[in-house]
Amino acid sequence: MTISPEALVVDHLSVRLAGRMIFEDVGFTLARGGFCGLIGANGSGKTTLLRAILGFTKPASGEVRIGAAGASRGSAPVGYVPQKILLDPQLPLRARDVVALGLDGRRLGLPLPSRTRDARVDEMLDAVGAADFAGQRIGDLSGGQQQRILLAHALVRRPQLLLLDEPLANLDVRSAAEIVALLRQLCDAYQVAVLLSAHDMNPLLAHMDRIVYLANGHAASGKTDEVVRTDVLSRLYGHPIDVVHVRDRIVVMAQ
Amino acid sequence: MFAPGFLTNGPVLTAIVVGGGAAIVSGIVGVFTIMRGQSFAGHALADVSSAGGSASFLLGVNPLLGFTGMAVIAAAVMGFADMRDARERDLLTGIVLGAGLGLTALFLYFDITSMSTGGAAITVLFGSMFSIPASIIPLTLGVAAGAIAAIVATYRPLLVSSLSAELAEVQGVRSRVIGLAYVLALSLAVALSAMTIGAILSTALLIGPAAAALRLADRPGTAVVLSVAIGLAATWGGILLAYDSFYWTPGHGWPVSFFIVTLVLLFYVAATLLGSRPRAIRST
Repeated sequence: MTISPEALVVDHLSVRLAGRMIFEDVGFTLARGGFCGLIGANGSGKTTLLRAILGFTKPASGEVRIGAAGASRGSAPVGYVPQKILLDPQLPLRARDVVALGLDGRRLGLPLPSRTRDARVDEMLDAVGAADFAGQRIGDLSGGQQQRILLAHALVRRPQLLLLDEPLANLDVRSAAEIVALLRQLCDAYQVAVLLSAHDMNPLLAHMDRIVYLANGHAASGKTDEVVRTDVLSRLYGHPIDVVHVRDRIVVMAQ
Repeated sequence: MFAPGFLTNGPVLTAIVVGGGAAIVSGIVGVFTIMRGQSFAGHALADVSSAGGSASFLLGVNPLLGFTGMAVIAAAVMGFADMRDARERDLLTGIVLGAGLGLTALFLYFDITSMSTGGAAITVLFGSMFSIPASIIPLTLGVAAGAIAAIVATYRPLLVSSLSAELAEVQGVRSRVIGLAYVLALSLAVALSAMTIGAILSTALLIGPAAAALRLADRPGTAVVLSVAIGLAATWGGILLAYDSFYWTPGHGWPVSFFIVTLVLLFYVAATLLGSRPRAIRST
């Protein structure tokens, strides 16, 4: 098998929703094992970009290529952790059942007992630190625990690409730091390219090696210190912007 | 408490077989109906199927054919319409339901006025298990097998898409195809139970045992098995009580459907009381 160095290529992508241009001419690539933050304010088009990569939204122009071939949904595994899933507390699924469904949920017929499958599920539960609550109903878990299970669900097929929509949105500072460190660890261990959206880049600064910054219907991408600069962001926003470093935090503000 | 001759009585045996089939299929399909939040669609399909049931009395054909045919047509209409939005889905379901019951009203009127089969209305809407002809058994088994086959084939995609339609599609599950297969299984289940305990009451057999099972089970397979067991217990228990009731009020027995629905309610209440205890401990 030839492994393409690029896990994701987004090429001159434009998306229009209900006649309105959401973003235009967005292009970036993501290598296997890369950790990339998709940063932008609320309404800047982060979720739409993720949905276009997943194939849920048809682009007006441009294209998305995943893995070696320009693969379509389902054929090349892509892991996805949505921002929020409404879980009915009565859903008769234990946490480990949810992970197992990530492995073979598309298969027809009843699942037969399989040691290989159990081993892969156990390994993934360990990897996300969820072994302790693997036997509980998914609906009985806390939000942070559910997120770890959905992460294991997304990763258990060993995708080359993992997309997460605002995984830090509902977490306190400490839990957010834990999740980011965990993602970085999984990213290295499984050589999966991680693209996660966030409205605040600061929790990611220590770990992300690339950034895609969405603003004003356009994107700038590259290494963090190449993109998060006064001149680059001023051009992107179309008006003067200040990028201020305060200790180990970065603040972006209009002049 | 056992009245003599229960298991040697022809109509009783037919009721046990047909009712058992309905309980098994409804128990299986019902678990997914609740997980997918489609209880209203299930009830609507049952009501619509009553149009087919009442037409079959007019035409003199096998009533199960009528119930099933109408339910499958309505399911196809509801399945092919793209209904991602829950509100839109409820609206369309309500409109299909209304149209179906309108036809039922028309056919039952003809049944009563032109055929002098006054019992048709009660039979179609509330069921009368002891008057089901034995000739219906082969078709019952066929319909039951069809519904079970559809659920078994789509078991895992159904579970993932109940968790989240998006997560299912990321894996390459075609959720519309799966949704269509499911709603067809639902229509078969509902037609069977409409045939046995009546169109109006069939929701009780579809939702009740499954809801009770979901209070107790934390795995999908366990939920399905429990749901079937509760459905069978309620159905067969109801048949037994109805048979016995001929001796309580000499001359006329009580309707089977009443007993089945009452037992389903009791099982649900018991499961709720049982199921709430460990959960309360876990959450504190």
